[in-house]
Amino acid sequence: MNADSVQAPPGMSGQPIGKKGKSLRSRIWKSRYIYILVLPTLIYFAIFTYAPFYGITIAFKDFKIMSGILDSPWVGFKHFEAMFTSEKFPDLLKNTVIISLYRLVFGFPVPILFALLLNEVRSLWFKRSIQTITYFPHFLSWVVFAGIIYNFIGPSGIINLLLTNAGFEKINMTTNEDVFRTIIVVTAILKEFGWGAIIYLAALAGIDSQLYEAAKIDGAGKLRQIWHVTLPGIRPIIALLFCLQLAGILDAGFDQIFMFLNPAVYDVGDIIDTYVYRLGILQSQFEMATAVGLFKGIIGMILIITANTIIRRLGEKSLW
Amino acid sequence: MVEQTANSNVEQLTEKDVLAGTSKLDANPWWAQGIIYIILLGSGVITLLPMVNVWAISLSEAHEVFKDPMMLWPKSFTLESYKYIFNTQVLLKSFGITVFVTVMGTFLNLLFTATGAYGLSKTHVPGHKIMLWLIIIPMLFGAGLIPMYILLKNLGLLNSIWVLILPKLVASFNLILMRNFFWSIPESLEESARIDGASEFRVLWSIILPLSKPVIATVGLFYAVGHWNDFFTGLFFISDNSKWPLQMVLRSIIIDFNMLNMGTQNTNTLNDASKLVVQPENIKAATIIFAIVPILIVYPFLQKYFVKGIMLGSVKG
Repeated sequence: MNADSVQAPPGMSGQPIGKKGKSLRSRIWKSRYIYILVLPTLIYFAIFTYAPFYGITIAFKDFKIMSGILDSPWVGFKHFEAMFTSEKFPDLLKNTVIISLYRLVFGFPVPILFALLLNEVRSLWFKRSIQTITYFPHFLSWVVFAGIIYNFIGPSGIINLLLTNAGFEKINMTTNEDVFRTIIVVTAILKEFGWGAIIYLAALAGIDSQLYEAAKIDGAGKLRQIWHVTLPGIRPIIALLFCLQLAGILDAGFDQIFMFLNPAVYDVGDIIDTYVYRLGILQSQFEMATAVGLFKGIIGMILIITANTIIRRLGEKSLW
Repeated sequence: MVEQTANSNVEQLTEKDVLAGTSKLDANPWWAQGIIYIILLGSGVITLLPMVNVWAISLSEAHEVFKDPMMLWPKSFTLESYKYIFNTQVLLKSFGITVFVTVMGTFLNLLFTATGAYGLSKTHVPGHKIMLWLIIIPMLFGAGLIPMYILLKNLGLLNSIWVLILPKLVASFNLILMRNFFWSIPESLEESARIDGASEFRVLWSIILPLSKPVIATVGLFYAVGHWNDFFTGLFFISDNSKWPLQMVLRSIIIDFNMLNMGTQNTNTLNDASKLVVQPENIKAATIIFAIVPILIVYPFLQKYFVKGIMLGSVKG
């Protein structure tokens, strides 16, 4: 049977009417080319995202590379007990959560404020220029952006050159526990505040200007207009992004932290992801690293599903 | 479910509204407006000046940097730093690897994402919901680094250039973005082609894709920037440093400064740096500029289509 002979009559194919009175088998047969189109993508997902699920069993086994995953003996929750009782684990969890919360408290409001300020600008070329400049770092990798930061704070960076020129001692900020988290939070804000504002600007542009007219007629001044019209207008997107960021609390930002991390600051900067990398890839302790990774994955999944439920309960648009 | 994200009112705006939309609010008093302009100007300056400084350092001699580290214009102009990095074989090789991975990878990304997205945009197909969930679940839960590492090891992909392409062939987020766009194209446009007996492949190729150029450009650029800036795949899965992608080599030079001697034809090695008019700081600065320039060249496209992508998908971190 070739493609032409099973073509539905015009107006019928793909429409719900076509569903009635047709057996499932004929509908499946009719859609066979669609399945062929989707198949390569599904195969990719099967191999590279679903097959690794099998590897999770390593967390419950004593993994022997020679015998493979299947033939390695089961050991139950041994690695999880070891993880929860290790000295390292509470520190990792603490560092991860603290850095994430700092990001949330200090980083989250910055793009909103930036968007509100940009929204006040009347000169188009000024607005566009500032946007073009501040969006740019978003497209740089953390390697490059960290390089620019090191140019300032590194052992032979600008700040230390200025200090030595002025006759002071050098300070090495990259190995200083007291400033590590501050550096992480501040540099993350510097890199992303411009880009983060876009979504709020889109929401601001979508506010109906009649609302402002109405507020003015009611005698609302500038600040009251912002409070009663502007902020409610962008509230849905604020709620959504806030919940998402809260759900990602165990993702403290491997890509960034890895660039600044060194053994001198492990006590304040070593997070779950950096530890899994060192333990698993560098030291080949696969079982423990898998267990820590699984812990993070499960908590992360619970958080994102909870966040979605909350967003839905609030009556905002949910993720799925 | 997923359709909801695409239907938000944000979607109907063009990037012009966001890039240059005018304020509907009342004018501020002059002093308030002044403060706003100063803060915004300041935000632009703190973003721009560090990069200008790096650029100036990359083109200056070392002793000038020592005298005036905050320079914004090259002093004692020299191209020595750039000569040095362009003699570094490892850097040039990794540049070639990353160019290949970006071009080839993005092509394959788009091929697999577009075919999958088109198939999943057909909601009448039996099993459509199940297939869609198979794409969404990986966004909620991943197996983690180590199971992935063992899988790639078993597949023999460790230390292969394909490890930089295959494990990230389709991103769920991009697929759903594209699928929602295809889904919003009226079915009637496809009908005439179907009457003429066109196959699904033909409909996708000659009806859907030409109508979807903006979303293809957007998703293609998401993928391309992802490949260009990809650091972790190299870190996790490529231990042979002759096969490293660009970002790994950049990290060695910029942050560790430990690879410049490797494959450098320059007779002056790092230990000999005192003979050079440039110092490690200049060479690092030149490397940073070397890494920024390609992004700068395509920046107008990036800005335009990434903004579009944000509005198509409502959310992109």
